[in-house]
Amino acid sequence: MIDRIPQVAAALVVPVAALLGYIVVAEWLLGRLPAGARPRIRPWIWIGPALAFVGFFLIAPAIQTIFLSLKDATSTNFIGLDNFVAVLTDSNVHLAIRNNLFWWIAFFTSFVLIDGLVIAVLADRVRYESLAKSLIFLPQAISFVAAGTIWKFIYSYQPPGVEQTGTLNALLVLFGGEPRPWIQDAPLNNLLLIIVGVWAWAGFATVILSASLKGVPVELLEAARLDGASEPMVFREIIFPLLLPTITVVATTLVIFALKAFDVVYVMTNGNFDTEVLANRMYKEMFTVRNYGRASAVAVLLLTGIVPVLIFNLRRFREQEAIR
Amino acid sequence: MNRLCFMRPVALLIVIGLAIAACSPATTSPSGSPAASGGQLGGTVSVLASWGGAEQDSFLAMVKPFEDQTGVKVQYEGTRDLNAILTTRVQGGNPPDVAGLPGPGQMAQFAKSGKLIDLANVLDMTAMKAQYPDAFIKLAQVDGKQVGIFIKSALKGPIWYNPKQFTAKGYAIPKTWDELSALSKKIADSGTTPWCIGLESGAASGWPGTDWIEDIVLRQSGPDVYDQWWQGKTKWSSPQIKNAFQTWGTIVADPKMVLGGKSAMVATAFGDSGNPMFTNPPKCFLHHQASFITDFFTKANPSLKAGEDFNFFMTPDIDPKYAGSVTGAGDLFGMFKDTPQSRALMKYLTTPAAQAIWVKRGGALSANKQVTDYPDKISADSAKALTAAQVFRFDASDLMPDAMNTAFWKAVLDYVNDPTKLDSILTSLDKVQADSYK
Repeated sequence: MIDRIPQVAAALVVPVAALLGYIVVAEWLLGRLPAGARPRIRPWIWIGPALAFVGFFLIAPAIQTIFLSLKDATSTNFIGLDNFVAVLTDSNVHLAIRNNLFWWIAFFTSFVLIDGLVIAVLADRVRYESLAKSLIFLPQAISFVAAGTIWKFIYSYQPPGVEQTGTLNALLVLFGGEPRPWIQDAPLNNLLLIIVGVWAWAGFATVILSASLKGVPVELLEAARLDGASEPMVFREIIFPLLLPTITVVATTLVIFALKAFDVVYVMTNGNFDTEVLANRMYKEMFTVRNYGRASAVAVLLLTGIVPVLIFNLRRFREQEAIR
Repeated sequence: MNRLCFMRPVALLIVIGLAIAACSPATTSPSGSPAASGGQLGGTVSVLASWGGAEQDSFLAMVKPFEDQTGVKVQYEGTRDLNAILTTRVQGGNPPDVAGLPGPGQMAQFAKSGKLIDLANVLDMTAMKAQYPDAFIKLAQVDGKQVGIFIKSALKGPIWYNPKQFTAKGYAIPKTWDELSALSKKIADSGTTPWCIGLESGAASGWPGTDWIEDIVLRQSGPDVYDQWWQGKTKWSSPQIKNAFQTWGTIVADPKMVLGGKSAMVATAFGDSGNPMFTNPPKCFLHHQASFITDFFTKANPSLKAGEDFNFFMTPDIDPKYAGSVTGAGDLFGMFKDTPQSRALMKYLTTPAAQAIWVKRGGALSANKQVTDYPDKISADSAKALTAAQVFRFDASDLMPDAMNTAFWKAVLDYVNDPTKLDSILTSLDKVQADSYK
């Protein structure tokens, strides 16, 4: 470890020095330009490194992926749209699309949102609010792979008559029920995988919605109550509309996550028993089958699903900025 | 002001991230200084393989004398996802010096892209040919090059039973498939499920079922059909392969035959699934699994004695024409970097002395015929069944392309889940077959 200290030090110093050097040199060059041109060029100089970073690590790979999706398994020959035809006629992909759209987007997004909203509103009214929110937020600190493993133990199944090692089945048997193979039983298993995602993400929604809730003016709520509005009415007519922009942002973030869902599925079922999702399909094509063309085609498919959501998210953001 | 405060931790995170990124390539430093003190080789050799837990301990015990003799440090890295990790590292130009290969199919792909070193220049091939069964040497060749070598092997197709319970009930060892079916039925009629089957194995779930199908195909339709099948020349929907699934179906499609029925089969981890044989009264009497399962038996039930509490008979012959057919598997090792240390390690791993270490610890058979020092009669019998087989065939699914292999795993799960869908399962396997053998 000790022998790596110079490397670590260099890694810390070199990028910072390079950036500083860039700024000094660029500003010096800028100083030599006519004064009228400077305000137009300066922003580009300052934003340049960030753009280069995004271009190199995000845009270039995305374009590369689109190219690869038009090539064969080993990326040697162009084969047109064959990969897309193969992917879109694959029954596993149909299943994955159904699961991503129907199960993950619909259930994951709504469960996390409802959870987050209910907890945020309820926690707002108790004295131990920060404790409650911390507990809800805790799973967010656990990686998804770990969350999947933990829940796999909870859902674990042994045949009837054998001692149950899974928490859920042990409880079920204790109260006289029959053990069930939770994560193997389609279609309910999709919901059980989503619960793992909800468990891990509820804290995220809670924290953001709670912060936004604090921004609702108390006078407004007081005035409404004085005018005789009931609590559900206060929530429906005042709190909810004021929270709506935040809810939209959280919702779109969750939708993007739902489309990208991978870890939980990979760890718990590997897409077996009708739980396949697109990202897992991509992983399989890439690392198990080693068909780079098809893996890229699935990636492009996923990207085309996510881009509209991203654009919507950006629009909302810009609208809000305009109001401010 | 507020915004600046927010930016500070972010900036710090980015810097830390850069630092970590800059460190990571250094973790796989090339084998260090060669000749160290005392005429020893010294340096390091990196090894990547799929073993964890008890198997990892056994491998480390196996290389310990090597480390002591040569002064070379073996840096072992185990992963459950060997295929993905190895592919990425080879592609990224950062392969381990020596690696366990996921199977002959993947080995061929690495060999064709020129990533594996020809061991003919590393090992004494005349000695190897004298010490290894011919089939094992040939399986590790691609285009005439010896790109891999087996360092341990496993016998596939033993059926495990509890001798004490068998004697108590007066059950006899079946000699033919019909006798096996009759025995299963007799046990089922007595009110106990005869079989314990577990197909769960993480991302590789389903493979224990592929072993069943392979055993049945080989014994029912013979080695020629078997070879054409894994080579992609016989369709899955052909009568022979369909027949094999249906033969297996006489067990797995009947809820009275398997403990816990289909739910237990798909949900029980393969390593745990044999344990109900050892409860009193037993919840099942028969368990089909490769020779390495003994290690799982004794880990979960330390009081069990090999030979007394568990023993095996081979999956019986189905068609007398193909009597004495046996399937097996093994762990292949290949060399990705030609260094003095990796050469030394490869030479060492093929020696009978090295392989005997793992064999003695249990759970493994040697690929080397000169290893005869087995810890108990079961291991000795397994090794004998493997080397004395009249017809020996390697695990077919390991020989298939990856796409076919994983589709086979999934097909097994789908079939167990709903045996009535056999035709559509086989059709979709045909589709993968048409696509993946190119």
